[in-house]
Amino acid sequence: MNKAKLMRWIRSLGVLLTVAFLSACGEEHLQSTINPVTDYGEVTHHLYVQVFWWTMIILVVVLSVLAYVLIRFRERPGQERPKPIHGHMGLEIAWTIAPAIIVVAIVIPTIQGVFAVQRPPEEGALVVEVTGKRYWWAFHYPELGVTTANELHLPVGRPVSLRLESGDVIHSFWVPQLGGKRDVNPVVAMPEGEEAKRNWMHFTIREEGVFWGQCAEFCGEAHSLMGIRVVAQNEGDFQRWVEDWRTPAPTANAPDSAADAAGQSAGGGGAGGGGVSGPGAGDQDAPMTTTTAEDPLVARGRQVFFRESYCVLCHSIQGTPAAGVIGPNLTRIGSRGTIAAGLLENTQENLVAWITDPNTVKPGAHMPGADYSVTFEGQTYPPLNLNDEQIRALAAYLSSMR
Amino acid sequence: MSVATETLRAPRVAHSAGDTGIWSWLTTVDHKRIGVMYFLTSFFFFFVGGVEALIIRIQLFRPENAFISPETYNQMFTMHGTTMVFLVAMPMAVAFFNYIVPLQIGARDVAFPRLNALSYWVYLFGGIFINSSFFFGSAPDTSWVGYANLTTATFEPGRHVEFWLIGLSIPGVRSIMGGVNFITTIVNLRAPGMKMMRMPLFSWMSLVTSFLLVTALPVVAVALILLAFDRFFGANFYEVTAGGDPILWQHLFWLFGHPEVYILILPSFGIISDVIPTFSRKPLFGYPVVVYAGILIGFIGWGVWSHHMFTVGLGPIADSFFVASTMIIAIPTGIKIFNWLATMWGGALRFPTPMLFAVGVVAVFTIGGLSGVMHASAPIDLQQHDSYFVVAHFHYVLVGGAILGLFSGLYFWFPKVTGRMMSEKIGKWHFWLTLIGFNLTFFPMHFSGLFGMPRRTWTYRAELNLETWNQLSTVGAFIFGFASLLLIWNLLRSARKGERAPANPWEAGTLEWSIPSPPHHYNFPELPEVRSREPLWEEGERREVEGATMKEPEEEPLMPSPSFWPFLVALGIASTWALVMTGIWWVPLLGLAFTAFGVFSWAFQPAFR
Repeated sequence: MNKAKLMRWIRSLGVLLTVAFLSACGEEHLQSTINPVTDYGEVTHHLYVQVFWWTMIILVVVLSVLAYVLIRFRERPGQERPKPIHGHMGLEIAWTIAPAIIVVAIVIPTIQGVFAVQRPPEEGALVVEVTGKRYWWAFHYPELGVTTANELHLPVGRPVSLRLESGDVIHSFWVPQLGGKRDVNPVVAMPEGEEAKRNWMHFTIREEGVFWGQCAEFCGEAHSLMGIRVVAQNEGDFQRWVEDWRTPAPTANAPDSAADAAGQSAGGGGAGGGGVSGPGAGDQDAPMTTTTAEDPLVARGRQVFFRESYCVLCHSIQGTPAAGVIGPNLTRIGSRGTIAAGLLENTQENLVAWITDPNTVKPGAHMPGADYSVTFEGQTYPPLNLNDEQIRALAAYLSSMR
Repeated sequence: MSVATETLRAPRVAHSAGDTGIWSWLTTVDHKRIGVMYFLTSFFFFFVGGVEALIIRIQLFRPENAFISPETYNQMFTMHGTTMVFLVAMPMAVAFFNYIVPLQIGARDVAFPRLNALSYWVYLFGGIFINSSFFFGSAPDTSWVGYANLTTATFEPGRHVEFWLIGLSIPGVRSIMGGVNFITTIVNLRAPGMKMMRMPLFSWMSLVTSFLLVTALPVVAVALILLAFDRFFGANFYEVTAGGDPILWQHLFWLFGHPEVYILILPSFGIISDVIPTFSRKPLFGYPVVVYAGILIGFIGWGVWSHHMFTVGLGPIADSFFVASTMIIAIPTGIKIFNWLATMWGGALRFPTPMLFAVGVVAVFTIGGLSGVMHASAPIDLQQHDSYFVVAHFHYVLVGGAILGLFSGLYFWFPKVTGRMMSEKIGKWHFWLTLIGFNLTFFPMHFSGLFGMPRRTWTYRAELNLETWNQLSTVGAFIFGFASLLLIWNLLRSARKGERAPANPWEAGTLEWSIPSPPHHYNFPELPEVRSREPLWEEGERREVEGATMKEPEEEPLMPSPSFWPFLVALGIASTWALVMTGIWWVPLLGLAFTAFGVFSWAFQPAFR
């Protein structure tokens, strides 16, 4: 290949890359690691910027010397074999010490960073117990008695501590804008008297928004579809969300039995993933539900949910008799942005598609389909045996719980 | 130089005492033939792993693509990684150990020629075994690191994990045998005057690598045997519900896995430490420093494994230790790069294909090394770990560092092996397309990683805006793939029609260039006496050495006889493991009995007939 042609090639490649780079950088990156919104993410990012520039300096120096050498010391026609030089002690010492100094300059802030990202929790932090399961996330707020799935609501400006634990294999909790990932390990039984080891993440979110994340440790077939959404809200909105969760959705129970069902769950809700509703929940709820005119499709869906299928075996809905803990908690599922662990927008059509055939929507999912069974952790769950009409009603019922 | 070489004609018969039939290959104990078989086999698996890579890249070309199912995808990336590490990069380096080390140190063969043959056959059968899983629909699918407890029977029923653990155990046996063989060879079989500190760098790095092989492979063997006990006999080493700890796997795997990285990279460092001086026409700058840096890398490589585990939660003290040890390893690595630059400085540089690849390694490996410094900083690693940034990093190191270095060695020593030159024209096309394809594949991965793309994911969401980067990578991968086809063409064409190679086509200084190309099956008619590191560069010494290496012996030196037993014993070892798959306890014993029979027959067969 001649040189001019080669240069043209290289130049057009350079242009292509520059265009690609600029266009990509102009776009919004929902899972960007270089746009942190917490103090925890900031530690990493500062360090990253610092090390980035060190490595750039070294790269430029090495590649410039290389380029210079390749051009300057090409063999000239008729050139004799050059004088053999076997080494130079001074140079060897110099290029041992110079990198050593840079290494020290990187190691010191790094170790400070290591301690900063694994610092002890702050007093009064909001604790959330995060449980990774194939292939979804459970979030339990022990102080608030709230349990939800896949969408993690967190307040802005308040310290948060996530306690990470796996229900099966190793996962990794990664919401890049919150900060670096932490492995979500299964809890290993410890000898008596020793505390079981769990990983924690401590941070304070600075700004409101919806932050995307996903499992970052390969965990099986649907690993790539095990998404996380973090909804960071101001304190007021967050409190409202908690209150909403504690109060059964107006359509959760049949209008006539609302008070009964809510009353039941106040006692039985503890089994539903630790959901402890306030004692007054039923009282607050009753006037709201009785006055609403009921959509017949929603009523039909409720019938399907509680009586014509076995949804309640795995799923809980706060304030209703549904108290299963195998699958995600469905309380106020209509208010979530997505279903199937961040995979689908939360619409009725998508709910229908998901309930009908979860294994096509999300290969590897452990939910039985309308007409097929699924084996999960040694247990076989029979087909839901639902027809289209039933599924549409079910979707309407779930969507109605906002 | 030309004065000395023009009187030499390449002998017509390659490698051996005339036999070329299939039987002669099955029974050969000649290190050169075994080296060629190693190369061809690993080169074949290079394309198997390459096709798997291209399937991955097609799937990732578009967001939310469904070119293949996640099940198939998981098998593809698992087998791509497993194949490239255990069936390509390691054995391809061993191909060079086999062919080149005895020639470089002035030996007629390796210390244990039959063991050498056994190693090769075990490798071949192991490679066939693990790939046969595709025909049973049970290809491994838990990634090349096979993290517990995903590999337990609860979460991975079926045969995928069993194929994987046995498929790794068999080539593991090979690596240990090969390591022992090369340590013994290099320590004991050097020609008169070939002191350790006169050995070519490639032989030195082969020695360091061999030590790493015999020390590191047993560690992963332990991990795999524990896993085998879990899978086949219901033990609970990694079973959480029974009190096992899956983190144990990670420690064992990476305690092997990090030295493994140096097993992959050091042979390539050795190759380019020989190639660069040859084409700079100047001795290696700071020879002892480069040697010690290599040894140091081998040692420190043992103390850094938990930098693969910064996200596990080992605590700040452990993390800090591994930050420091990992950063320290950057220093000897940097020293090597500076010495290569200094070797070229003031030289008279020539740029045939082997030199292009060697310079390519220096440039590309520097990028990979520096991105490594980034995630050696543990907090940064919390973001980069298991993202495409890391995928970019280790491909820069293992493809840019190891594979390009092996290609450099291939172009460098091909004339010695075949007696013919490779085509420079195709070689240059191959180099430039590889360099462009390689960088276009892996450089964008830094960005897809920084923008939040985790590795080992079947697909990614359109909303993440990762499409452009992935498309660049896919295009690059196909350019790389095409370039590799050029290499096949070049090899086939040059082996048959290439220009005849003289003994020392590159005017290199080391011993392997003092014998005819291709060498006699006994390598050296008479062992030369060596007085310096580049015996061929000093006129007086060259004449003396070539007096021994070029003469026609009155009687051919006695070489070990061919033997069929290594082949049969390898078959026994591989089938013992394979029969474990039946799940019936006494069936593998048949394979073991066959192996024992083979070993005894081998022992009583005389080495020389």
